[in-house]
Amino acid sequence: MKIKKEFTKGFIKENPLLILGLGMCPSLAVTTSAINGIGMGIATTFVLTMSNLLVSLLKNFIPNKVRIPSFIVIIATFVTVVDLLMKAFTPSLYEALGIFIPLIVVNCMVLGRAEAFAQKNNIILSFFDGLGMGLGFTLALFTIGSIREILGNGTFFNLQLLSSNAKTLLLFIMPPGAFITLGYLIFIINLIKEKF
Amino acid sequence: MDVLSIFIYAVLINNVVLSQFLGICPFLGVSQRLSTSIGMGAAVIFVMTLANFVTYFIYYFILTPLELHFMQTITFILVIASLVQIVEIIMKKVSPPLYRALGIYLPLITTNCAVLGTAILSILKSFNLFYSLIYAVSTAIGFTLALIIMAGIREQLELVGIPKKLQGFPITLILAGLISLAFMGFAGLIKL
Repeated sequence: MKIKKEFTKGFIKENPLLILGLGMCPSLAVTTSAINGIGMGIATTFVLTMSNLLVSLLKNFIPNKVRIPSFIVIIATFVTVVDLLMKAFTPSLYEALGIFIPLIVVNCMVLGRAEAFAQKNNIILSFFDGLGMGLGFTLALFTIGSIREILGNGTFFNLQLLSSNAKTLLLFIMPPGAFITLGYLIFIINLIKEKF
Repeated sequence: MDVLSIFIYAVLINNVVLSQFLGICPFLGVSQRLSTSIGMGAAVIFVMTLANFVTYFIYYFILTPLELHFMQTITFILVIASLVQIVEIIMKKVSPPLYRALGIYLPLITTNCAVLGTAILSILKSFNLFYSLIYAVSTAIGFTLALIIMAGIREQLELVGIPKKLQGFPITLILAGLISLAFMGFAGLIKL
């Protein structure tokens, strides 16, 4: 029961991006299309799950005073792994996400989960917490990416929704569109979150 | 490429917050008061320049000769985190007034992705040391400019009745979008 609760809380109730407001930078920068959003989300989920797992495993060996630097080293290690893997296997996505892959290391969500959850809980719970939070983040990025891609480009997963010479709201794939989309999305979540 | 065009490019055309989306957390978090945003801006200018200076030497004199480029992320973040700590300790000892003004913002800067981002970007753009420093200072000034504009608007915003569900993040993000839209007007000011 507890596992299910920790796993699902990140989806809506404690969604790291839409409710807690963590990890804003990548969610604004890379969400020009749905596929980029999912790619970034999965990369972050991997780092988050693995770092939660390792932090939880090592929690009794890390002295309290140096815990933050130790967490950062653990996170940076997995970020390097993701960076090299994506460079080798998904070069076009790697190109699109660019500098935001190494910057997963300063995503406050990852360090926040290590500090607030993984160092206090056992391995299984920490694993599912990381996975759930990561998937919640992915879901949020996918939503923003879809809205921006459909409104700004008239496509969805590169599938042409409008005729190619139709006028689209180009603003939405430009930087201002990112801010405005996320702003209104959080507003809508605020409106409906009491129902959950 | 000259100093002035790097400056205009980093401050206005490709503003670090409004078009590159780096440092959004402090941009949303510390922009409630004009005085705190000026303090934060000054701390970022200081740390970003220093961080770019140090990471330049680490990249070209340690990582490159040893061919350890894949260690870039891990070394840079550790160097920046410890640099911030050292600056904090030195500042506390040498200049207490400066520490009182900037001290509380320093720990926050470790997790400011703009600092790490700028260090990585100036390596990617293969700037030499001089241009790398100019780029860091300009980027930090751009960050401060965005922060000050935002704080100015948010101080006025407190006098306006905003619907409760729009308060906080949503209205700030929508405002940031409008400022970013205004900054798009600077595109094409110079050709690089």
